[in-house]
Formats: sequence, structure tokens, C-alpha cells
Amino acid sequence: MTAMMTILGPLVMGAAFGFLLQRGKVTSCNVIENQFRLRDFTVLKVMGTAIVVGGIGVLLLVDTGNTKYYVKDANMLAVALGAALFGVGMVVYGYCPGTALGAIATGSVHALVGALGMVTGAILYALSFDWLKTHVLNVWTLGKVRLPDVTNIPDVAWFAALAIGAGLFFWWVESTEARQRRG
Amino acid sequence: MTTITESYVRETPRTARIDWSPYLVGAGIGLLSWIAFAVFGDPLGVTTAYSRIASLFAVPVIGPEAVAQNAYWKSMPLKWDYGVWFLVGIPAGAFISAVMSGTWRLELVPDVWKERFGPSIAKRFIAAFLGGAVIMYGARLAGGCTSGHGISGGLQLAVSSWLFLAVMFATGLGISALMFRKR
Repeated sequence: MTAMMTILGPLVMGAAFGFLLQRGKVTSCNVIENQFRLRDFTVLKVMGTAIVVGGIGVLLLVDTGNTKYYVKDANMLAVALGAALFGVGMVVYGYCPGTALGAIATGSVHALVGALGMVTGAILYALSFDWLKTHVLNVWTLGKVRLPDVTNIPDVAWFAALAIGAGLFFWWVESTEARQRRG
Repeated sequence: MTTITESYVRETPRTARIDWSPYLVGAGIGLLSWIAFAVFGDPLGVTTAYSRIASLFAVPVIGPEAVAQNAYWKSMPLKWDYGVWFLVGIPAGAFISAVMSGTWRLELVPDVWKERFGPSIAKRFIAAFLGGAVIMYGARLAGGCTSGHGISGGLQLAVSSWLFLAVMFATGLGISALMFRKR
């Protein structure tokens, strides 16, 4: 890959991602807060569709030898604790890290303030890394495992279940929203 | 119910002009993932690159020696790699989308927040800062965020990522219920 491609490639990919996040309204703090208040299901609609569409494509790409999996380590305790903090932070901040970066560029000043908080969080993490490494990150580690590995249920079945589950859920959400609009 | 309706009405102007279906946006992000996997071998993600950049900000805070000696930043040094350029692209794309759709607007205190906690800018900024710190600490501990774990990991059916999704949403729902409880 040329030098141009190594910069322009990710720039264009990032821009496309930011563009889509903004078009999907998830760079709005109100939309994210209302997802957790179960008043607006935009976040789940975007994420659910991305996972199903992306997942089926990536599965085919892996099966045809065009890419490989890049699975993150299942350090179960660290992931669970981190995700819990993440959930708290997301509701207090009103953004997740990616949508916050998009929001800053759409005029959200409080997202920018929170981005400085994120820098602080990253520094605090780096400073506590040594302790975490010996006390948290090494607890209940499963490695880079995937659900099909640990359950012996094949990929196709997982995606079929995900697609049907997401489809039914979104159908229910849409019909509920339509009822609310009428009523 | 009046307050709910009112909050929707007040929110309408900002998002009304973006009429892309969240499913279309989700499918677009899924498609972007195919390219990220097949062409670049680098799944969509935000916080790994974010913590690389945070080391820059850490230099004036904890000193260049401490940054250079830090075990975490040794494993994740600042380099202008794919992830960092991707990060730069996100606000660019969101900005283009916001300007094109006429939804660019300065926001100091979001409507959902204002309705519950009042118009104080200081209060919102402090919460955003703290929320940002917590979300980034959590993201680094878990090894990813809504993009890296939620979407990229979710679509690979990674065990770590589905644990992240479940815990993140459960905690977020709980905190949101506490924060926005009826007085």
C-alpha cells in the first residue's frame, strides 16, 4: 500500500463512519440518552443492523479467505468491569467515544469538554495499568474466543438467530412507534 | 406524558432534517466494516487510537519521563497509524454531514439534560467531563468501545464483545433510570 493510501484510506473510512453516525442521529446526545430511557430506539436500530449486515459479510469474507478475525481478548473480569464503567460514563456523558468525536464537529461544546475528560480517563488508565495487569486483567481469561467456539453452535445458526431476533424486535419497535404517533 | 411529548417536540427541529433511516445507516456501517476487514485488515474502532493520542496530553501533566516509562504506553505508543487517521476522519465526516443537512448547531446543554437538571452550563460541563473520564477508563479496561467491541466485535461474534454489550446496556439502563427518575 502506498504512503498516500495509508493516510487517505483511514481518513476516508473515518469520514464515512462519522458521516453515517451523524446521518443516523447518534451524534445527538438526546438520541443516546433517550435510548437508555427506552424512549428512542435509534441507537439499537443502527447497531443491530450494523452487526447483522457487517457480520454476515465478514463471515463470507473470512470463509473465502479474504480476511481474518480480529477478536479481542476475553479477559472476562476486565471486560465486565470496563463495560459497567462504560455504561455509567455513556449515560452521564451522553455519548460514546466515537459519537462524541462526531458531535464535537457538529457544534456540541459539552462533547468537547467530555473529550478532555476522556483524555484524563486514558491517562488514569495508563497510570493504573501495572496494578490492573496483575489484579484484574489476568482474572478469568478465555483468550480470543468467539461464541461459535465456546458453544459449538455454527456461525450460520448464530447469524440466523441474530437476524430473526433483530427483525422481530425492530418490527415490534416500529409498530409500537407507529401506534404512538397515531395515538 | 405531557413532558415526554414536549421533549420530542423541542427536539424535532434539530433532527427533523436528517431523514436517513437508521436501518440504512446501520447497513452502511456494516458495509464499511466489510471494507475495513477486507481492504485494511483493521476493524472500526476508536479508543485504542484515542489512548495513543492521550499520551501527547499526558506529557505536560505527568512529565515526558513518566510517559516514556509507562508500561501501557510502551505497549501502545503514539504513532500515526491507521487508527489515528481514522479518528481524525470521524469529526470531518460528521461535520460535512451536519453542514449538508443544515443540522450544525452550537449546543452547550442538551435538551434532555436541561429538562432534568436545568440550564446550568457549569453543571453539564462537569458531568460531561466526569462521564468522559469514566467512559474512557472503562473502554480501555474492557479493551474497546461501542465501535471496537460493540460493532466490530459484535459482528465477529466475539465472546468478549457480547459480554461488553450486555453489561454496558444493563448498567446504562440502570444508571439512566436513577438519573432520570421522577422526582
